[in-house]
Amino acid sequence: MKQSFSRKNITALLILVVSVILLSVMFGLIPPKWQKTFITACYYIIGALGLNLIIGVSGQFSLGHAGFIAIGAYSVGIIFQSNATIYGFALGTALGIVITCAVALIIAIPTFRLRGDYLAIATLGFSEIIRIVIQNLDITGGASGLSYLSFEGINDQGMFIMMVITIMLAILLIVNYVKSSHGRATVSVREDEIAAEAMGINTTKYKTVAFLIGASLAAVAGAYFGPMNFFIKPGDFGFTKSIDVLVIVVLGGMGSLSGTVVGGIFIAVMNTFLQDYSEIRMILYALILVLVMILRPRGLFGNKEITDIWKKKTKGAE
Amino acid sequence: MALLTVKNLTKNFGGLCANSNISMEVASNELVGLIGPNGAGKTTLFNMLTGVYEPSGGTILLNNGDHEVSIGGMKPYKVTAMGIARTFQNIRLFKGLSVLENVKIAMHKDVHYHLAQAIFRTPKFYQEEARMEKQARELLSIMKLDQKSGELADNLPYGEQRRLEIARALATNPKLLFLDEPAAGMNPQETAELTELIRFIKERFQISIVLIEHDMSLVMNLCERIYVLDYGKMIAKGTPSEIAVNQKVIDSYLGEEV
Repeated sequence: MKQSFSRKNITALLILVVSVILLSVMFGLIPPKWQKTFITACYYIIGALGLNLIIGVSGQFSLGHAGFIAIGAYSVGIIFQSNATIYGFALGTALGIVITCAVALIIAIPTFRLRGDYLAIATLGFSEIIRIVIQNLDITGGASGLSYLSFEGINDQGMFIMMVITIMLAILLIVNYVKSSHGRATVSVREDEIAAEAMGINTTKYKTVAFLIGASLAAVAGAYFGPMNFFIKPGDFGFTKSIDVLVIVVLGGMGSLSGTVVGGIFIAVMNTFLQDYSEIRMILYALILVLVMILRPRGLFGNKEITDIWKKKTKGAE
Repeated sequence: MALLTVKNLTKNFGGLCANSNISMEVASNELVGLIGPNGAGKTTLFNMLTGVYEPSGGTILLNNGDHEVSIGGMKPYKVTAMGIARTFQNIRLFKGLSVLENVKIAMHKDVHYHLAQAIFRTPKFYQEEARMEKQARELLSIMKLDQKSGELADNLPYGEQRRLEIARALATNPKLLFLDEPAAGMNPQETAELTELIRFIKERFQISIVLIEHDMSLVMNLCERIYVLDYGKMIAKGTPSEIAVNQKVIDSYLGEEV
């Protein structure tokens, strides 16, 4: 029993290493314009994975992702002013996660005692508060923002590899969480909060856990935002940023990590194609969402994963 | 000492008095019925006893081995941890999850690994998961649901959904089980099977059961004692044979034979 587990882990690790190498080689071969697209896609995916945990798994509706992304971006941005190396990046990311968790707790403690969509309103408000605070602080550079955020010693390819590894770790984290007793407890909150509570589940606790992990992933996504754009300003983290991430989750399917990955790539690729027609971009977004809602109301993947195909095959063979 | 002691329990919703001065006792390994017309306050009483509502007045004491604990106003998940489980009048399963997962979720409060151990997949995690899997399957086979363990709860026929709700409540390892209209929507054949099942559960798990039911064949057959509610007040208590001839109960609920 044990042995098969470790063998499974080694196989998984090998697949991860090989796919990271393959992806980075492929990345080196594509034109710079598309390199930028895939870096953006990775950034979207990391943020959307977090939101999917909050919306798709625990069933809570959060509209505050932009605020958490901003915290991550500014933490790294401020550290980068004095230390733009990988260590500065790690420190900034860690700082971002800590601040994000503190803010998320402040939101979670009052709202999660209530049943219903209070979180959406609270997160929406808090995300705006965060943006306005950043706009009025000196250390964050006020309305004009922070610049010179390029990574020392790490080129686009290096950053892409870091992001791919981050995505894989994030997926591993979420899968291991969801497929545990704590994860099942979190899912039960989504399914029926009253029944979950009656079965001995501390629903407030698990809503908070999922929210904290999701918000932390947003901060990690934000950490990459500065080095990716070389420049951050409060205007980058408005309400529409939260909607961008939400669109990816809804498009891919709530509760499906594969869907989030595909949705993130799709939106990034779309954005590149529509770079020159930014006026109609939002119209097309809306159109695509309407079409998805009509044709596949539960998103492209519903709550299924790519790995389910393989699972069904083995079941049929039994 | 009784397992559950309720004294002068009252619940007001604004000006409406849903329960007033309810007192009752449940001994260990006893089967108690709670009957009364619709709107008499039976479910309200259940909701107070399981922590969903906070009582407006009165006390609920649960015998916790050597001492009594007041559970009035406690949060539902804490009440469940004290050893009280329930089912719902309108079935509340985790519909999108499998039968097995439904049962495992109810076992979560007794799980012995924490979040970090789950995320890093330590040996303790695999150990505990294997234990839960085994216990859940055992429980499902006792409840004759083992063939359905992989199915979505939503896809089960009605009778089996009712059975799964009871199985899920039992998975929390209770001392006291509340069943809210377990036979609602069942035909006489199914009701007879359910009657046997409830009797079996009481003996097999050595627990006390309190049930709300409108099906008198089930209540009179099964319950050792019956409490009768009407307009939020306790109007009678006694053995089934006493209740069947109690004039107050006949007037308000059972009715005369024509």
